[in-house]
Amino acid sequence: MEMALLYIAGALMLGLGSVGAAVGIGILGGKFLEGAARQPELIPLLRTQFFIVMGLVDAVPMIGVGLGLYVLFAVA
Amino acid sequence: MASEGGTLTSSEYISHHLTNLTFGKLSEGTTRYDGSVVGEGGTWTFAHGTEAADMGFWAINVDTMGWSIVLGVLFLWLFTKVAKTATSGVPGSTQNFVETIIEFVDENVKGIFHHKNPMIAPLSLTIFVWIFLMNTMDLIPVDWIPFIASEMGISYMKVVPTTDVNATAGMALSVFALIIYYSIKQKGLGGFLAELSFQPLGKWMLPFNLFLELVGLLAKPISLALRLFGNMYAGEMIFILIALLPFWAQWVLSVPWAIFHILVITLQAFIFMVLTIVYMAMAYDHH
Repeated sequence: MEMALLYIAGALMLGLGSVGAAVGIGILGGKFLEGAARQPELIPLLRTQFFIVMGLVDAVPMIGVGLGLYVLFAVA
Repeated sequence: MASEGGTLTSSEYISHHLTNLTFGKLSEGTTRYDGSVVGEGGTWTFAHGTEAADMGFWAINVDTMGWSIVLGVLFLWLFTKVAKTATSGVPGSTQNFVETIIEFVDENVKGIFHHKNPMIAPLSLTIFVWIFLMNTMDLIPVDWIPFIASEMGISYMKVVPTTDVNATAGMALSVFALIIYYSIKQKGLGGFLAELSFQPLGKWMLPFNLFLELVGLLAKPISLALRLFGNMYAGEMIFILIALLPFWAQWVLSVPWAIFHILVITLQAFIFMVLTIVYMAMAYDHH
């Protein structure tokens, strides 16, 4: 029973985190494309900022992925 | 690894590759992996398997320390060598490469940090190149270095220091100490505490303000450490899982993942650097 709960815990951490990351980066990417379409000459600048914000949006889901994989493999 | 005496199951293989080489003290009375009991006064030894959990606080992950120091020395040696033999004529390819990196870091620092501090740019350069080098160790095939190490008698070896939360937390805590030091130096201790207590609502909501601001302040080093750790640990984990496939099937997965991972390692080093510069700039700015 314990092992089952650990696996479910790991799965929840991975799954819910990925939903958040996917939606967030999808919206961010859409805004980037909009901005790039309006002003193509700003694309390098926008691209740098896109990656910076992507790192921040991805941070908490990534933390969840790291800890989830730890629970799945090192604890269970 | 077959040298462990017989073949391993997949979960044993995975946990073997996820175990650090820990050196610490086992207190007396603990039973070791081979059944012997530790004598009086405890012994200082390398951990075998789950013994690392019994070692307490003063256990060191020797493989993390070793590889991070080796890569740091490599970075310092290479950049110092190029700096000493730099020519203002047509540069050679090494000098070109090093100059590209330094210009890249310089541009980012100039774009974000608008105060005067001679330490910020070298700090950013160190963070970027060191973390990038440590992350690149993840691209070396999973079994190569641990195999060589086990032939030399070392039973566990994790070669990517940034997959050890100790390494990333150490760097994040150093950045945190710098944030606090420069905040207090620029705004004075009173000013720093006032900023924590009187923002964002007025001075009569002090406990509430303090709680919010402290959470925000502590989120900085914690998110720095765990973001890098999470990304690298997940990457290494997937490489280990791919290594469990039969050798003729590994290519299909490992090539796309390795290519994606090249982007991830550069990006994570870049993000750590940019966030460090941003936090230092925030330490200087008055609200």
